[in-house]
Amino acid sequence: MREEAQPVLEVTNLKTIFRTRGGEVHAVNSVSFDLKPGELLGVVGESGSGKSVTMMSLIGLLPSPPAEVRDGRVMFDGLDLLKCTPAQLRAVRGPGVGFIFQDPMTSLNPVFTVGYQLREPLMKHMGMTKAQAQVRAQELLELVGIPDAGRRLKDFPHQFSGGMRQRVMIAIALACDPKVLIADEPTTALDVTIQAQILELVKDLRQKLGMAIIWITHDLGVIAGIADRIMVMYGGQIVEHGTVKEVFAKPRHPYTRALLQTVPSVRGERAEKLNVIEGQPPILRAAPAACPFRDRCSLRFSACDAANPARYDVGPGHDAACFWDFDANAPRKEVTEKAHV
Amino acid sequence: MFDGGKRPLVEVEGLKMYFPITAGLFRAKVGDVKAVDDVTFTIYEGETLGLVGESGCGKSTCGRAILRLYEPTAGSVTIDGEDVLAAPPSELRAMRPKMQMVFQDPQASLNPRMTVAGIIGEPLDEHTTLTKPQKLARIYELMDKVGLNRDFANRYPHEFSGGQRQRIGIARALALNPRFIVCDEPIAALDVSIQAQVVNLLEELQDSLGLTYLFISHDLSMVRHIADRVAVMYLGRIVELATRDALYEAPLHPYTQALLSAVPEPDPNAESTRQRIILKGDVPSPANPPKGCNFCTRCPKVMDLCRSVEPEFREVAPGHFTACHLHNQTAG
Repeated sequence: MREEAQPVLEVTNLKTIFRTRGGEVHAVNSVSFDLKPGELLGVVGESGSGKSVTMMSLIGLLPSPPAEVRDGRVMFDGLDLLKCTPAQLRAVRGPGVGFIFQDPMTSLNPVFTVGYQLREPLMKHMGMTKAQAQVRAQELLELVGIPDAGRRLKDFPHQFSGGMRQRVMIAIALACDPKVLIADEPTTALDVTIQAQILELVKDLRQKLGMAIIWITHDLGVIAGIADRIMVMYGGQIVEHGTVKEVFAKPRHPYTRALLQTVPSVRGERAEKLNVIEGQPPILRAAPAACPFRDRCSLRFSACDAANPARYDVGPGHDAACFWDFDANAPRKEVTEKAHV
Repeated sequence: MFDGGKRPLVEVEGLKMYFPITAGLFRAKVGDVKAVDDVTFTIYEGETLGLVGESGCGKSTCGRAILRLYEPTAGSVTIDGEDVLAAPPSELRAMRPKMQMVFQDPQASLNPRMTVAGIIGEPLDEHTTLTKPQKLARIYELMDKVGLNRDFANRYPHEFSGGQRQRIGIARALALNPRFIVCDEPIAALDVSIQAQVVNLLEELQDSLGLTYLFISHDLSMVRHIADRVAVMYLGRIVELATRDALYEAPLHPYTQALLSAVPEPDPNAESTRQRIILKGDVPSPANPPKGCNFCTRCPKVMDLCRSVEPEFREVAPGHFTACHLHNQTAG
């Protein structure tokens, strides 16, 4: 439906490494994706799969050293963000790309009032006077559903509950009307009833403001409820990508399939025994020469050890990085042909 | 279903755990945080009782108070016929092998300066008179049981992943052949794909060793998988207690209903049509709980009665307990 629209954000071949004492860690390996205007893209993966590092690389939020963005292109608004100067990037953060961090306790400054922290981006980026910013700050708090907003502006972060603090974080991210909002596990630290409140809020704000959102989470249930498209990451790369309906109905990567099966449900059938993904996620000491999931995969065969699978098209707007063809229930033709040459 | 053949192993009666709030120069007591406020339940031998609730509802405090890791304010706890709360320190120590605990954060609950063998062997040092070779044999046996490689016995906790660390914690809890284990959010710090491994391990151990669990968690879907009966806590009180199927299929208390409806389902088709009950506001402070029913400030079905009279925790159907005025009349 939004196929014809130009993407607001286009990431090609992004590679990020960390230099550590134990050697390099390849956290993000050749990640490419785009984001259409007004779309909500869900990014799913376990801790260490590279989902947060990918998003922080985009807008230069990783400390360097140890981090280093080695390769890639991030096009936003006609600008390659990876080639921008720090000053240019500062201008993009806020009005261009807003960021909501995972932990609302540590990402708000405890010594400033919430009002101060909300006014700061408004005065810096939008050129508002303090009085104007004050008015707008109150509107923003009202927008995210904080009661008694005018008085609450004078409060410090510790005077808010977890859910309320996360609302403040959202308000700050929305302050400059960003075109793209990146939300990094915004509800993971919250209880389910508060998470439900925040999800409703985001659905509501999306309709009102029409921004594009990247939503990082490890909870497939959250994605099912709010996202248009989903991107599954494993071992620093995208292993499956497609519309939410496609991917949940026809997962085409063994990791996605396993992930969908390991999560027990509160409704529906109750399994006697949980399905298990044996083993551990990989530590990426080098750029992977083979499939990163092969050690934990039940379908592993010779090709998986020989090369890292590319992202093959498996349906309309749906691709998966796996040598196994689930429709034919056999190895992909591309692989078998190559083996014969 | 469990009342029939099985006998109660753990009986908790009117358990209260208040933490004093002090103020001023002389630390005068000005109030109490009522973390656990009059909780009563029974755990039958060989079953898993799930204890669920949001953060701050008192579920972990309840688990710790049962094992007398805190000194509870009031109430009684009987484990295997012995009164835990009344026992003098020496007797309590003798009871410890029977009741053990698996902690939430495997990083923080293992001593970083002890090897795996040291950690698993420590309870054996304290409570048994095994010789060194016997002890080592027991440590190896426990490592096999929880799926840890024997070769790792001399490694330190930081060399293991989160899931493996949790296995070390479980092996330590099993060392003295306990009857009853309190599992305090044992999977909350683990990745989704590792959670299932640990939960399956706990279930296998329960079958082979006949263990009884109190499984504390905020993950409603995992509790549905592992528990036989489930208790739901809100602000220091149990609001509903029932068998797993009854609780998940026909929850009676409005809080349980809201909690279950808030859990997102990994199915886009179901998610787009599902009606959620969205609770307004936050959990009130346990230092100053509302008058009447604890849940009256957020309850979508609140009545005038709820704001003044505290509902009684009573059995409204066989084995199904709830504390709600909506179900008081119907039960009578």
